[in-house]
Amino acid sequence: MKKLLQIAGGALLVYIVIVMGIAVIPAIDLSKTPPGPGVKPLTALQAEGSVVYAANGCAYCHTQQVRPLAEDKVFGRPSAPGDFSYQTPELLGSERTGPDLSNIGNSKPSDVWQYIHLFDPRAVVPESVMPNFKFLFHVVATVPPGETAVPVPAAFAPKQGKVIPTQQAKALVAYLLSLKQTPIPGYTMNGGMGGMTSAAPATVPAPTAAAGGGYSYDAGKGQSLFMANCSACHQATGEGIPGAFPPLKGNAAVDADDPTLHIHTVLHGAHGVTIGGVAYSSVMPPFADQLSDADIANIVNYERSSWGNHAKPATAAAVAAVRAKGP
Amino acid sequence: MQATVTAQHSAVSADDDRALAAVFSAYTVSATCWLLFATAVGLLLAFKFGAPDFWAAKYLTFGRLRPIHTNDTFYGWASIGLVGLAYYVAARSCGTKLYSIKLAWIGLALFNLAAIAGTIALELGYNWGDLEYREWPWPIRLVFLAALLVTGWNLIGTVARRTTEDIYLSNWYTVCGVLWTCVIAIVATLPWYQHGLGQVAISGFYMHNAVGMWFTPLALGVFYYAIPKILSRPIYSYALGVFAFWTNLLFYPLLGGHHFLFSPLPWWLQTTAIVFSVAMLVPVWGGSANYLLTMRGRYRDMTHSYPLMFILVAVIGYLFGSTQGTVEAFRSMQAIWHLTNFTVGHSHLTMYGFVTFAVWGGIYALLPLATHKSPGRLGIALHFWMALVGSFIYVIALSIGGTIQGLDWLHQRPFIQSVTDMAPYWVWRGAGGLLMFLSHIVFAWNVWRMTSGQTGNAGSPILARTEGAAA
Repeated sequence: MKKLLQIAGGALLVYIVIVMGIAVIPAIDLSKTPPGPGVKPLTALQAEGSVVYAANGCAYCHTQQVRPLAEDKVFGRPSAPGDFSYQTPELLGSERTGPDLSNIGNSKPSDVWQYIHLFDPRAVVPESVMPNFKFLFHVVATVPPGETAVPVPAAFAPKQGKVIPTQQAKALVAYLLSLKQTPIPGYTMNGGMGGMTSAAPATVPAPTAAAGGGYSYDAGKGQSLFMANCSACHQATGEGIPGAFPPLKGNAAVDADDPTLHIHTVLHGAHGVTIGGVAYSSVMPPFADQLSDADIANIVNYERSSWGNHAKPATAAAVAAVRAKGP
Repeated sequence: MQATVTAQHSAVSADDDRALAAVFSAYTVSATCWLLFATAVGLLLAFKFGAPDFWAAKYLTFGRLRPIHTNDTFYGWASIGLVGLAYYVAARSCGTKLYSIKLAWIGLALFNLAAIAGTIALELGYNWGDLEYREWPWPIRLVFLAALLVTGWNLIGTVARRTTEDIYLSNWYTVCGVLWTCVIAIVATLPWYQHGLGQVAISGFYMHNAVGMWFTPLALGVFYYAIPKILSRPIYSYALGVFAFWTNLLFYPLLGGHHFLFSPLPWWLQTTAIVFSVAMLVPVWGGSANYLLTMRGRYRDMTHSYPLMFILVAVIGYLFGSTQGTVEAFRSMQAIWHLTNFTVGHSHLTMYGFVTFAVWGGIYALLPLATHKSPGRLGIALHFWMALVGSFIYVIALSIGGTIQGLDWLHQRPFIQSVTDMAPYWVWRGAGGLLMFLSHIVFAWNVWRMTSGQTGNAGSPILARTEGAAA
């Protein structure tokens, strides 16, 4: 019996000591991590949404941790300890089959996009392998007062009736849109590209003067940046989603010789605009902080020269000039 | 002082043997049911990568089925299978009867109750967050803890009435494995230090300790008993086994933080995890060498013993899987492989290539000794080759695909490219998974033959001593 006590008791004791040191005591300390600047607790609706998120296992494919690696900067700044003060249960995740969602409220701020994407991911991202979440929606013959139908593209919409979100879908989208990284003073935004390039020198040539001259437009880079940042809403075809996201093909601002409005929209985003006589309620996010002048010029020029558009190209200097004027 | 595996049956009656065989059979049958269910779910999940709209309804959505697959393979299949083996090994290696047959049945009921309730809760969308391997709501995890306590009590009671002075090494691993896992279950459930980042620290700890301090020691306990038993020769070095036991205890619990490299967890916690991931090479290589050296000179006998083949694959799975884990833990490697499908390949190399093959090897080697009923050679061969080839395809496909996924990110391609690039590898994974699942059906048939079939329908899995083998 003595031998058994020595082995089992000894091994148990050693284990308890190690577990206290590596897990429990650090966890006690880390549980007291104060919230970062601007990090707020979830509202009741958002909290309800985070339960829907966890119940349906969203975190098995979507992380909520941006690593301090160049490859992660597309998702935002590196996650900071204070970002998680109100996140219990933690949803950092262990796999990234789909993109990180730490900053999805900033990068896809349109609730309309979120609803269409949940209803059928392939309606907005054709290559997506995410399951549809149609069980979070109702299909009704007539939209009840106070509800808004989701403008699902015809090819993906039910043959009869209108799609309206359930309470669970509303809570989930409220939660997703709450996922916004807050700026931390002195903590560089990942890559810091916006800050680096936005200080426009006084000698920036006027856009019109530059447009006539030579410029370098990298079509491959433009296309890849467009696919990464723009095609989720405006679609690879440039045709947008009728009633939800405006087309860029034949869009007056995109196809105009003066690129100022086009550049301004990419830099600072837009909402509640009317294009081609159609009013769009969706929100477009600003890209000023994420993309350099050269990247925005590439995107803009890709849009200005694709799908039958034939507008004069813009230069990085023109982007810098619009950026310097502010929103 | 040299402990021998040869049990002394003087204090054990035929009734005790029958009761032990019934317990061992029941645990094996129960585990097999969970294996079939959990891997059928796994196969459906693999299919969904190619057909995401297939069975996308509420109760069949990917995110609810995935934790059902992982929890039921962990706590249904592997846990119940290993505990059944641990009971048999404890009783036989101690030359005594089980401390309490009744407690063994109560334990089995509790394990099953936890797994059934856990499955239903996850289906209904009740979980404790998407906290890997501890998604079950806490009351259900307390049922699992109760099953562990019953098992620990019963194993300790059995070892305490052993007829030998020494405690055979297998029992060190199984008794301590159960005790450690009780600690893990308690630490993972208490809520006071699990807010925000504090919970992340516990998640990192839990994810790896639930594997490395539960499945690993129980599977190693099977190795230490089954390999000498099949070969009728003692383990190569008892001292090396003891050394591997203590180093495993000192190093393994400290490496959980490597699941959160580059996360906001403290840098020291991450670095500690990397250091001890490297240190784990000591018990892993020491232990693997011990098993392989026990088999030295007898590899030709493999062709006569499928149980030994299963165990050899399991030893190699342990060696490769754990060494791969060390390599993965380096920051430079994590920058590419972390969060990709490579990790899924790794977890299948270890939980399948190591743990699951160890359970099979143990069952094929020992269950016929308990029940005096054997599976046919064709059945066991079919099971072996389908499972081996299937898991090989599975792991290779996800390792290559996961690397491509990581490189796509490294080269900052649009994210969706990492999804489209995975498509062919997901198809191969599904093909491997299908073979694996089919092998489980054959295994179920073999289990039926070992428990309910004809008595004495084939030879014993024990190999005769050959010349030159150590006594």
